[in-house]
Amino acid sequence: MLSKRIIPCLDVAHGRVVKGVQFVDIIDAGDPVEAAIKYDEQGADELCFLDIRASHESRDTLYHMVTDVAEHVFMPLTVGGGVKEISDIENLLHAGADKVSINTAAIFNPEFVKEAAERFGSSTIVVAVDAKRVQKNGTDLWECFTHGGRKETGINAVDWAKRMSDYGAGEILLTSMDCDGTKEGYDIPLTRAVAEAIPANVIASGGVGNLEHMAEGLTEGKADAVLAASIFHFGEYTIAEAKNYLNNQGIPVRNLA
Amino acid sequence: MNNISLIDYGMGNMHSIAKALEHVGGKVQLVKTPEELSHASRVVLPGVGAFRDCAATLKASGLGEAIKEKCAEGTPFLGICLGMQVMLTSSLEFGLYPGLNLIRGTAKHFPESHPERGYKIPHMGWNDITFSSEKEIHPVLKPLKNQQVYYVHSFYCAPENPDHIQGVCSYGEFPFASAIGRDNMMGVQFHPEKSQRAGMALLEAFLKWNP
Repeated sequence: MLSKRIIPCLDVAHGRVVKGVQFVDIIDAGDPVEAAIKYDEQGADELCFLDIRASHESRDTLYHMVTDVAEHVFMPLTVGGGVKEISDIENLLHAGADKVSINTAAIFNPEFVKEAAERFGSSTIVVAVDAKRVQKNGTDLWECFTHGGRKETGINAVDWAKRMSDYGAGEILLTSMDCDGTKEGYDIPLTRAVAEAIPANVIASGGVGNLEHMAEGLTEGKADAVLAASIFHFGEYTIAEAKNYLNNQGIPVRNLA
Repeated sequence: MNNISLIDYGMGNMHSIAKALEHVGGKVQLVKTPEELSHASRVVLPGVGAFRDCAATLKASGLGEAIKEKCAEGTPFLGICLGMQVMLTSSLEFGLYPGLNLIRGTAKHFPESHPERGYKIPHMGWNDITFSSEKEIHPVLKPLKNQQVYYVHSFYCAPENPDHIQGVCSYGEFPFASAIGRDNMMGVQFHPEKSQRAGMALLEAFLKWNP
């Protein structure tokens, strides 16, 4: 049976891990290769690296980092942050990424996603959707935001995910801006609304604080994968513990023999 | 005999697969011409992208014929993902296109998505490989017993002869050939170079395989 995936996410800048990695037994917490090896040993199903600076000057550093990681761990790697052009995708794939996540560029130029999916295949293209709950004409809905949740776009997030899926995105990395950082759980209604609306895979992100939240995202939220940062980085849970828990809940996960 | 000729026909990233082969002790030579392939003692054909482009590039470069010759000589051969699909007679991806015909069969698209049954296309993620209880597990696949491997694909291999199916995966309720092979030829639908320890174990077994 196809397993639900657990994906640790690492924020990077200038080729270094920048946010909250505090593995007790790692001396240099900012080393992406060491972090990747650690998660690999724990049985992560995939790794996600997001370049939060994503400046033009730091691109080469990012490519080198991806190559370095890909030489040490043999698992799927998703890389995002500042992907604007076909050549950005090409460079990341050549560096060793398996999937590339497109965020703001998709909002400004939706056709870019279509072009990218046609060129590199749906399974390579992830579209990151940052959604926030808003009230419009007395009803609750979710809207896409950019710039870390600061800029409103007026685009309905569920419709947008559907459009991106139609354009060939193989996965939607769905982050709830309301839940992100709260540790109170994923936005389950949002996750479920998107998962039920599109044929592409949905990765739930933002708000996970414990293993129960993970299970909820995968069952109630109907997500195909869960993304998590802090609960793994700070050693609150290992990935093996998460898998054990999910396994006991009857959720199909990959166990390491 | 750890020398591996890795076919580089200009599609996709050779980096991961080359590094994975080196990780298990292989000495990798990137091969771009039929001449370079003539010395090969083991051949790996990776592949991403569309069948049509892959088959056309192999044909135009002469590598396709060279691969067939090496396979006929008995050189151990491993096709990965699209590299497995081009081993077949043909593919129905965007039309009908001929493959290398190393194993008779056709690459077909999965039936339409059934999101409500947890069945999406592409088939992407970690899934099983299971083996027939009626025959011995192929030596290259032995390390994969009770392991999951990483799949990314929308098309699957349908060999004509069921004896050529070496491993099966069920996607939703849909079973397909996860590994095919005969004699010195083996093809796997999943990505050993992305399947962590299970994948490394398979590549190691391929290096030791003496068909």
